[in-house]
Amino acid sequence: MDEFLLRALLAGLGVAIVAGPLGCFVVWRRMAYFGDTLAHSALLGVGLGLALDVGATAGIVIACGAIAAVLAAMHRPRRFTADTVLGILSHSALAIGLVGLAFMTDLRLDLMAYLFGDILAVGPDDLWWIWGGGGGVLLGLVPLWRPLLHMTVNEELAAVEGEPVMLARLGLMLLLALVVAVAMKIVGALLITALLIIPAATARAFARTPETMAVLAALAGALAVFAGLGGSFAYDTPSGPSIVVAAAALFVLSLAAKAVRR
Amino acid sequence: MIANGNTLLDEVSLQVPAGNIVTVVGPNGAGKTTLLKAVLGLVQPQAGTVWRRPGLRVGYVPQRLSIDPSLPLTVRRFLALALRRGGDGEVAAALAGVRAAHVLDRQVHDISGGELQRVMLARAALRRPDLLVLDEPVGNVDMVGQAELYAAIAKLRDDTGCGVLMVSHDLHLVMAATDQVICLNHHVCCAGTPQAVSRDPAYAALFGTPAAANLAVYAHHHDHRHGPDGCVANERDQRHG
Repeated sequence: MDEFLLRALLAGLGVAIVAGPLGCFVVWRRMAYFGDTLAHSALLGVGLGLALDVGATAGIVIACGAIAAVLAAMHRPRRFTADTVLGILSHSALAIGLVGLAFMTDLRLDLMAYLFGDILAVGPDDLWWIWGGGGGVLLGLVPLWRPLLHMTVNEELAAVEGEPVMLARLGLMLLLALVVAVAMKIVGALLITALLIIPAATARAFARTPETMAVLAALAGALAVFAGLGGSFAYDTPSGPSIVVAAAALFVLSLAAKAVRR
Repeated sequence: MIANGNTLLDEVSLQVPAGNIVTVVGPNGAGKTTLLKAVLGLVQPQAGTVWRRPGLRVGYVPQRLSIDPSLPLTVRRFLALALRRGGDGEVAAALAGVRAAHVLDRQVHDISGGELQRVMLARAALRRPDLLVLDEPVGNVDMVGQAELYAAIAKLRDDTGCGVLMVSHDLHLVMAATDQVICLNHHVCCAGTPQAVSRDPAYAALFGTPAAANLAVYAHHHDHRHGPDGCVANERDQRHG
């Protein structure tokens, strides 16, 4: 196997394994729009990283982390629903990122790679980021798992029973910010939420406990990476979108499997 | 207690002694849930204090539980979340205590509203609370189920000696099992034993006569005034329904 293809596979698998469990919380806690907002602000981070000369990935971690912290601290908005607020933030962040990058005329930059990912250009440095960052995210999730699950069942109940609600919420958002930064290279800003949500939704059909759903989501994501990269290689299609297409196909299959079992 | 510029609760004072059941009744929007949240420490009042005995263990049964259907969760796991470390025997015993042992391994999405209420009560009991706080514990439950649920709450009190603070929309159902009733409409309209409260003109003003209350007419008339001591100053017989 070509070395670049092996790296692409390792990168994709790393992201899928992390996105599975985190994606479950995104689904359970109805945070899809929140994920979009984080992902779209990643483009702002790219600009920031290049402007500060710290590299795109570090810029994404900074920008997404800041947005996550602000959103975690934000109280429930009064005049608009959370939907509207996140919709405004998400698309403004994307647009500002695009405009900002256009101002950096001295930079030749493959915008498509940031929007849709460029998994075949993954280098050894990126692999380190993905597996190191991803491992960190999973380690961070372990102590948060129980309080987060408790809060997902009922936030007030969790608070009354002494769970660190604010801390856990902030923790989840920061972990999601890290996942976005890590997944940027693979599927790009526009498709990251898909990698969080679709494998988790696929896993739902076969899970009876939260933990099995998290593991199955990671597996479904890994399968989508295999199939998507294979398809991308065979038919010369863009790799990020191919992975998402494979994930969506798996989701449809899971629906069919569930219908057959009934 | 003020929210969005509206005074929700003003000059409310109550205490829940151990072993007593205190029921808060009042019309929709009277601040009942807000009062519970203040007691639980979920919201902070702008003025006034909530004193909890140091080390007080609280069991809470929220008004409803909206678990997203995408979360797979068995009743067993739901109950185990209430315990720091798992005691499977305890979980099963608590469920048996509310006559819901048969739902142990069912998904929380697949059980009926009445079963879920009993499961939530069992869950609160698992924590061996000193104080049990329940917000409309019988919503979505039929009449027979309501009586059973109140009996289960009273039994829990008898067995553990915990104090109980609950919100109810219907005084008559809870009368038998309640030591003290607080009739709330942003302030304490009247308080006392269930018998005393049900005869209190302020209660009648809020709920109408008992017959009208049974017809579930909760219209609230604002045409009584309160004297300096909080009692109703100009009593008029409010009959509607």
